[in-house]
Amino acid sequence: MIAKRIIPCLDVRDGRTVKGVHFVGLRDIGDAVELGSRYAEEGADELVYLDISATYEGRHTFTQLVERIASHINIPFTVGGGISNADDAERLLAAGADKISINSAAIRNPSFIDELANKYGSQFVVVAIDAKTINGKWMCTTHGGRQLTERELMSWAYEAQERGAGEILFTSMDHDGTRVGYPCDTYAELSSMLSIPVIASGGAGTSEHIAEVLTRGKADAALVAGILHDGVTTIPEIKDFLHKQGIPVRLT
Amino acid sequence: MIAIIDYNTGNIRSVINALQRIGADDVRITSDKELILSASHVLLPGVGNAAAAMEELKKRELDTFIPTLTQPVLGICIGAQLMCESSEEGDTRCLGIFPTPVKLFPSSLALPDGQRLKVPEMGWNQITSLRSPLFTDIPEGSFVYYVHSFYPALSNSAIAETEYGFPFSAALNESNFYGTQFHPEKSGKVGEKILRNFLKL
Repeated sequence: MIAKRIIPCLDVRDGRTVKGVHFVGLRDIGDAVELGSRYAEEGADELVYLDISATYEGRHTFTQLVERIASHINIPFTVGGGISNADDAERLLAAGADKISINSAAIRNPSFIDELANKYGSQFVVVAIDAKTINGKWMCTTHGGRQLTERELMSWAYEAQERGAGEILFTSMDHDGTRVGYPCDTYAELSSMLSIPVIASGGAGTSEHIAEVLTRGKADAALVAGILHDGVTTIPEIKDFLHKQGIPVRLT
Repeated sequence: MIAIIDYNTGNIRSVINALQRIGADDVRITSDKELILSASHVLLPGVGNAAAAMEELKKRELDTFIPTLTQPVLGICIGAQLMCESSEEGDTRCLGIFPTPVKLFPSSLALPDGQRLKVPEMGWNQITSLRSPLFTDIPEGSFVYYVHSFYPALSNSAIAETEYGFPFSAALNESNFYGTQFHPEKSGKVGEKILRNFLKL
């Protein structure tokens, strides 16, 4: 039986990982390759590396980091942050990334999804969606939640799938960093509508929250960051809990 | 020397990295037949579209050459599918090394827990009914990493099975030819052990 995936997310600036609450107040956590290796050994199913400096600064350091990750880490990893054209994608694929995550660029130019999927295959393309509730509707945002768009979550996720996305990574900006849990009804609606996997992101405070989004929320995977980086819990603890709840996970 | 067959298909970098992690230092990426013939082991990786990949093999006249190889050959993902009889992807005639059709997962299938069978299958799934030296010291039910929308059907050539809505061939073998639908190069320690086992064949 296919396992539900636990995916640590490492925000990277200048080759080192950081994580902020509501995307502000960043703190330095450590070396990106070392931290990733530790998570892989502990049983992480994949890793996500987000280059949070990419939009503003040069990307050379990040590409070199991706090469180091690819040669050291023996599980799949996704890279994202500031990927705005096919050249960026090509550069990261050549450096050894298994998947790329695109967000603002896809909303700005939806045919970017088609272009990447046609060129490299859907399995290479994760479409990340940051959304928040505005008057009871889930509206997509860009630039780390700073810019509101006219796009609604469900219709945009479906369009992304039809254009060739291989997975949808949905972050609720209302929950990200709060550790109060995920909006499970929204995840369930999203996952039931889509034929591609859904990764839940933002809001986990406990293993119970993760269990809930993987069952009631019907998510295929959960992205976790703060509760791992801060030592609130560990991957083995999360997986052990999920296993005891009867949720299929890969135990190592 | 280990040869990775170069036919302009996707991400072979991860295969090279995995081989280097397990200590294989002489790895060549090549479509040169003489060089491939001189290799102790040959890998046929691949991502993307089976029909397009088959065309790339034909362009290099590798479609008639690969089935004549006598050293251990390992196809991975699309590489394994190309070693099958045919693929529903682009209605493609493949190399015919395994007498096995490659089919598309039905995306409308509902799982027993009420969740939907997602296509592509993306993530870690278990291999069972292991029956090959390729899986020496690999426990039944070990998890390996999959990314695929098409699968090799159950077959007499199967040496491992995986269930995703229904069982399919996770790995296949005919004489010196091996194929894994999963990605050993991305399957953590289990995958590295499988690659080590292949290099001992």
